[in-house]
Formats: sequence, structure tokens, C-alpha cells
Amino acid sequence: MDTGSRVTREAASSSRRDFLRLTAATALGGGLVLGFAVPARTQVRHAPTTDAPFAPNAFLRIDRAGKVTFVMPVVEMGQGTYTSIPMLIAEELEVDVDKVVIEHSPPDDKLYVNPLVGVQMTGGSTAIRGTYVPLRRAGATARVMLVTVAAQRWKVDPSGCRAQDGAVVHAATGRRLGYGSLVDDAAKLPVPEQVALKEPNQFKLIGTPHHRLDVRGKVDGSARFGIDARPPGMKFAVVAASPTFGGKLIAVDEAKARAVPGVTQVVRLDDAVAVVGVHTWAARQGLAAAAVQWDAGPHATTSMTDIVAQLVAAAERPGAVARHDGDAATAIARAAGRLDAAYEQPFLAHAAMEPMNCTVHMTGEACDIWVGTQVPGLTQAAVMKLTGLKAEQVRIRNHLLGGGFGRRLEFDGTLRAVQIAQQVKGPVQVIWTREEDIQHDLYRPYYYDRLSAGLDPRGKAVAWSHRIVGSSIVARYFAAWIKDGIDPDAVEASVNQPYGFSDVHVDWVAQEAPGVVTSWWRGVGVTRGTFAVESFVDELAANARQDPLAYRLALLDHNPRARAVLQIAAERSGWGKPLPPGQGRGIALCIGFGSFIAQVVQVGVDKDGAVNPAHVWCAVDCGVQVNPDTIRAQMESGIVFGLSAALHGEITIRDGRVEQTNFGDYRVMRIHEAPLIDVVLVQSVEAPGGIGEPGTSCVMPALTNAVFAATGTRVRKLPVKDQAKSVA
Amino acid sequence: MVTLEVNGKSRAIDVPADMPLLWTLRDVLAMTGTKFGCGQGLCGACTIHIDGRPTRSCITPVSAAFGKHVTTIEGIGATPVGKRVQAAWSALDVPQCGYCQSGQIMSATALLSAKPRPSDADIDDAMTGNICRCGTYVRIRAAIKRAAGGSGAGA
Repeated sequence: MDTGSRVTREAASSSRRDFLRLTAATALGGGLVLGFAVPARTQVRHAPTTDAPFAPNAFLRIDRAGKVTFVMPVVEMGQGTYTSIPMLIAEELEVDVDKVVIEHSPPDDKLYVNPLVGVQMTGGSTAIRGTYVPLRRAGATARVMLVTVAAQRWKVDPSGCRAQDGAVVHAATGRRLGYGSLVDDAAKLPVPEQVALKEPNQFKLIGTPHHRLDVRGKVDGSARFGIDARPPGMKFAVVAASPTFGGKLIAVDEAKARAVPGVTQVVRLDDAVAVVGVHTWAARQGLAAAAVQWDAGPHATTSMTDIVAQLVAAAERPGAVARHDGDAATAIARAAGRLDAAYEQPFLAHAAMEPMNCTVHMTGEACDIWVGTQVPGLTQAAVMKLTGLKAEQVRIRNHLLGGGFGRRLEFDGTLRAVQIAQQVKGPVQVIWTREEDIQHDLYRPYYYDRLSAGLDPRGKAVAWSHRIVGSSIVARYFAAWIKDGIDPDAVEASVNQPYGFSDVHVDWVAQEAPGVVTSWWRGVGVTRGTFAVESFVDELAANARQDPLAYRLALLDHNPRARAVLQIAAERSGWGKPLPPGQGRGIALCIGFGSFIAQVVQVGVDKDGAVNPAHVWCAVDCGVQVNPDTIRAQMESGIVFGLSAALHGEITIRDGRVEQTNFGDYRVMRIHEAPLIDVVLVQSVEAPGGIGEPGTSCVMPALTNAVFAATGTRVRKLPVKDQAKSVA
Repeated sequence: MVTLEVNGKSRAIDVPADMPLLWTLRDVLAMTGTKFGCGQGLCGACTIHIDGRPTRSCITPVSAAFGKHVTTIEGIGATPVGKRVQAAWSALDVPQCGYCQSGQIMSATALLSAKPRPSDADIDDAMTGNICRCGTYVRIRAAIKRAAGGSGAGA
């Protein structure tokens, strides 16, 4: 999904070019509406945006009462985007960001295209990167138009007027006109082609911590997630899909299900069954009574040993070459020494706190959908394909997301709900139990990475070879992103690993696990690549009996931002100071999503091998900071999410089915395990980078490197679980 | 018909006695602030109070609340401790996605009502049943201490 530094360069270059085309219009009922178009990426699947340059992208609406409304092109799933995005607009528009009204955008891949990915998507840590310049320009343009109208009314030069707190003020006389009184005339003006954006030293909002705008509803229970939709007359359905991958429904005891009070209907699908009732409890009990029988299907004997064996065997096949500098194979063969290692990363579930759910009302004319999604446009297109309805008939009302982490980049849950709703009269909310949510997730792929390095006599790596083996999410999700046979996500943070060697070879072998559908998971390819690369560099340092920090720095002469974050994180952590036995510090560097992050994890390992990450220090250079507190929050979040996975996270498959069921056996981090976290923000004027994901990617190798420092045990296969036990 | 008292109001409902309180609140009374997370008492998203005691509503039959006072996230702000907890949560911007926070706030309020000056171990004990996948634990801990300080009891 993300192509790291290449995306950053694209974003930077597109922001230099003046792509923004604003359109102004009079709003229904009066007022000013501004829409704008930003360029789509070249590899666009859906949106021929080049043919429609004046189509609005996101909307800024000011009514006659001066109320300012932003229609958000991205969705809030915890990452703070409903605060930082309005800050961008408010900064230039000169309005109080706390008074801005925020609306979810309706589905439209053209109007609300994410310029970094080509469709309407919240993902890949792209929200700020994609909007940093366009949204500020939208605010500035509106401001200039409003000032122009005020100056005309007063018959004064616009240069003597300034915008301030939702009004235009004439400096010489102190006269003042609120935006609401200006909007009707502003809407009649031509939209200025060029407006000056503030210089960073003029920012009043950007770069200052701002409280989240969505907190109130999230502390008093009034925030509405998809699962909270309650259209009148709604029924509740609990769904069970085939427990084995690719299995089919054979039989269901409909009479027994319907005997449960409150059950109204049983819906049979090819590979699933749903019981509908007047409340979820009736539906759940009905499903339990239904004695559902399944045909296990073609993957009934698939288990982890086969899946892993296939990956290991695939590593012997030649890979598609993603990078080839010099001649790494020869250089490694001729080197004074060599080091080889292989790393394995497991299938992972997302386990967002809000279980999968979707509410659908199918009528003859339309399909109304209430859901929280990262991809409203793709979802709408998929529903159109399933139902044969037209775009205007598929009406998606997006909601706050009770966690995304990549899971809600998929629309399988919505399609399932539509299939069920096609057989139900009136609106129906389809809820997945937690067990269903974990056993029918679309999983982070199981990856097998094999690395080799050639060493000089002092142990310094001089040549580097990396083979990546695993599923291609891109091939299923967005095949157009595959270029020259290379899945850019699958080789991310590996093809562009930051360490300087003259001979580098990186290739990848696509190997799908039978029956297992894979998908995006927080940090995507950067998470996979960072674990492999940062683990191996740490092994190289240990092999050379050198300090892991010093070893890295010596290979990063050319990369001052990487060096800086490593040095800051190390310094804050007390790097190099002795620790008691059984404790250790590990360090890792992550360059991804346009940001530079280094983390030091300090762990204690007890006699039973239990790994306790006590403290994490995190240095972040994400370029220009929009809302510093959001950056801190996302680092805290990413660290806990990554530690959770690295310590415990593992989906395993036995006889074609997922073995884990709920939080009892899919263990996630709880408060008593959470480390202290210190985040250091590095001031920077570079283009803004993404912050939602790299904190997760960085912490996994930092943790396992710390386990090595504490115990001498090198964790090459995640999760850590009890691997430190024998040595502690 | 039976009567359930929720947030100080009596509600007449027609539900089976073994129906979990969670679904009674969400599906029958349309009080959606209390969240479904796991259905097994493992994650704490559904936490409410029965007579002030933190309770996992997903595994508690509605009959267990007959004749008792049920408090949910929608009503907790009416209590002095709940109000302080909500204020601390807001001041520190604890929520991210926010889905688990109803349960977190209910557990934290119960803790502070029982122990106005909780130690770190008390916080761990009281809050370990509440999962947050956004990883807001650092701020939850700080917000509980802030709310405790606000009582004048110190933290």
C-alpha cells in the first residue's frame, strides 16, 4: 500500500506543482462552498480524475451564520485525523478550530480521492502527507475571497484588512465583518489561481499541541460507531461463516433456531448462515441452537507445518529482483566471512475492539449502509457489483471506526451484510461475534525472510542479500500497483533499507498459503521489512562484537536524519550504562511512510522466560509536525500495538481452521504489561511524514534485540512467547 | 414486563431473564454507549456498574440487576467521581478510536470510588480486564492519577 520514500518524493513533487483547482459555489440555502481537486497518482484503478479536474475533492462550507463545516476526506479511527486535518484548514482560514463542524464524507473515489493511493482511502499513514498542502490552500483561498468581499464593501484596499477568528477586520478603522455576512458575495467571485500560504514561522495552530476534537463523545458514550447505528425497525443478525477456509454450508436446523423466542428468520448463504432476531441475544441463541453442519472444503487438512514448509521451499526458487547493486552473491562468496539468518513472522489478526459489523437496508430501489470503513468508495463499488445497483442507489453512511489497523480497508464484512440483507425485510444489523471476527479476519501474511551478508575481517558487512517470501496482498487488492513483477509492499523497508553497502541484492518470491486470504496490518510492508533488516543488522553487530548503535551509525554516514533519531533515542535511554543481569536494551531504526523513527526498548526477562518491556524511548522525525500531541499518541499507540504482537500475537491454522477464538487465546497487551513510553519529537522542516504505523514497525525488532541483550537468545521467529526461557 | 433502573430512571422492559444486560441496554433500550467487545467478559468494553460495582454486562443476566441501580457511561458523568474521570480523560486526550473507553471510564470510576488514592498496583488490578487495542494505557494510568489528585486526595 505504501511505497515509502518513493511516495514521499511524489508527494513533495506534487505539492510543488500547482495542481489545486478550486471551485466556488453558492450553497443550498446560501453560503459559500469550496471544493477542490488534487491529483490522483498515476496508477489509478478507478478514478479518471484527470478528466475531471474541477470535481471537488473535500469540502469546506461556510454558511450565513458563519458556521464552518469540513467534510472529511479521511476517516477517524483513533489516529487523531479529525483534529489534525481541521487544524490545517483552520490555520489558513483563521477560524477557531474548536468551532468547526466535522462531517464524514460520503463514498466517492473521485471527489474524495486520497492523492497518494488513488482512491478514497484512509490508510498507509497518508492522511497528512496527502493533504498538508491542498487543505491549507483551501483554507487560504477561502480567506482571500472573504477578505476581498469585505474590502469591496468597505471600499478599502484588501491589504489593509486581515482575517481573524472567523471575521475580516479593517486594521485602520477596526471595522469587522463576520464570515457569515460575506459568504454569499464570496461565492460569486472567481476563485484566485494563486494564494500565498503562511510561512511556518507564521503558524499559530500547526505545530502546537491541540486537544482532540472528538474526545467529548468518546468519554460520555455518545460517539457513534458503525455498531451503534439504530435505524427504525432494525433487526439484529448474528452470522457464522464456514469455520474452515473454503468450506460450505450443508445443513442448519432452522426449526430449532426459530424456536428461540425473538428469532425471526434464518438466512442461508453458500458459505455462511445468519440468524436474525429482535435483538442480538435472540440471534445468538438461535445460532447456537441451529446445529449448523459444514462441508470442510478443499483446505480441510491445511496446517501450519505445511504452510511454513511451503514458504521455506519457496525460498529456494529464484525471486523477482527488486534491487541489484553490484554483485552481492560474488562479494559474499569472496568475503572474509559471512553471516546468514532466516526470520519468520506469523499470521496476525487485527482484533480491533469494535467487532466487524454492518447495518444494511435493502429496498427495491436502494441499498442503505451504515458502517465504519477506511474505503467508502471501494466498498460502494463492490456493493454495486454484488447488487447491480447504481452508485446513487448505494448510500453509505460512514461512522467512527472502533479501530482500523488495516481491517477496515476490506469490505468483506459489508458484502456479507448485504448478502444477508437481501433476504431480510427492513434494516438489519449484522454482527460478528469476537470469535467470528478473529476466525474470519483477513490476516497479516506469514513471512519468511532469509538474509546473508559478506563480512570484512573486522566483521563489518560489505555485501547484503535479502530474499523475501510470502503472500502478496497487493496482487489481490490492487494488482495495478505491481510493477515489473515486484509487489512494492512485499519488498518495502528491504529494497530501500538504509544501510550503505556497495553490493546489495533484494528479491522476493510470492507464495500464498492455501485458502488463507491476507491483508493489510498496521505498518504493512514496513513492519515486515523492519523486523528482518533490524534483526539482521543487530546480529551483524553482535557477530562483530560491536555496539549495536555504533555498528548502525557506521553504516549510515549518508543519512543524517536516521543518525539523529538513533542518537537521540539512545541518549535518552541511557544507552551503554550497565544494567542488572536479566535486563537489556535493544535498538531499532525504522524509515517508513516518510518518517524516521528510532526506538530503544529496555526489557527484563525473568526466570520463567517472561519478557517484560519496562521502558521504551522513541525519537521521531516525521518532518513538519501538525499536532505534536497526536504524534506522541500515535507513537504510544504504535508501540503498544507492536509489542502486543511481538510478544504474543499469532494466528495458527490447524485442519483448515484458525485455532484462536477470543482474547483468551489471542492474547493482546493489557495495562499491567504496558511499558513506560518516552517520545522525543525532532524538530524538522521536511515534508510531513506518516505517524500511524511506523511506531509499530520499529518496536518489534527493538524488543527482540533487547531480549538478545538481556539473555543472549536471538528471537528469529515471532512471537517471542517463551523463547527466552531456556537461557534466563 | 419487568422494571430495570438505569441511571436513576425506571425502565419497563420485556426481555428474557437470562438475557445479558449488554444486549438489554444496546438493543432494547438503545443505549449504545456500552460496547460489545468479546461476549465473554475478557475485554471490559461492556463494563457498567450495578450498585456501584464494576460489572461485565456481556456475561451478566439482566435478572442480576433487578431491584438494583444500574449505571452506564451515559449516566456516570452525574456522579462526582465519574465527572472527574471524564474530565481527566478529556484533559489528557486519552481516547483514540474510543471504542473501549466507555468501559475504561466505568472501571476507573469504580476504582476511584473504592480507592481514592490508588497505587500503580491498584490501577493494574482494576484496569487489567479492560483491553485497549489503540494502546492508550500510558494515558489511562496518568488520567486516573490526575482524577485522583482532583479529589484532593493526592496521587
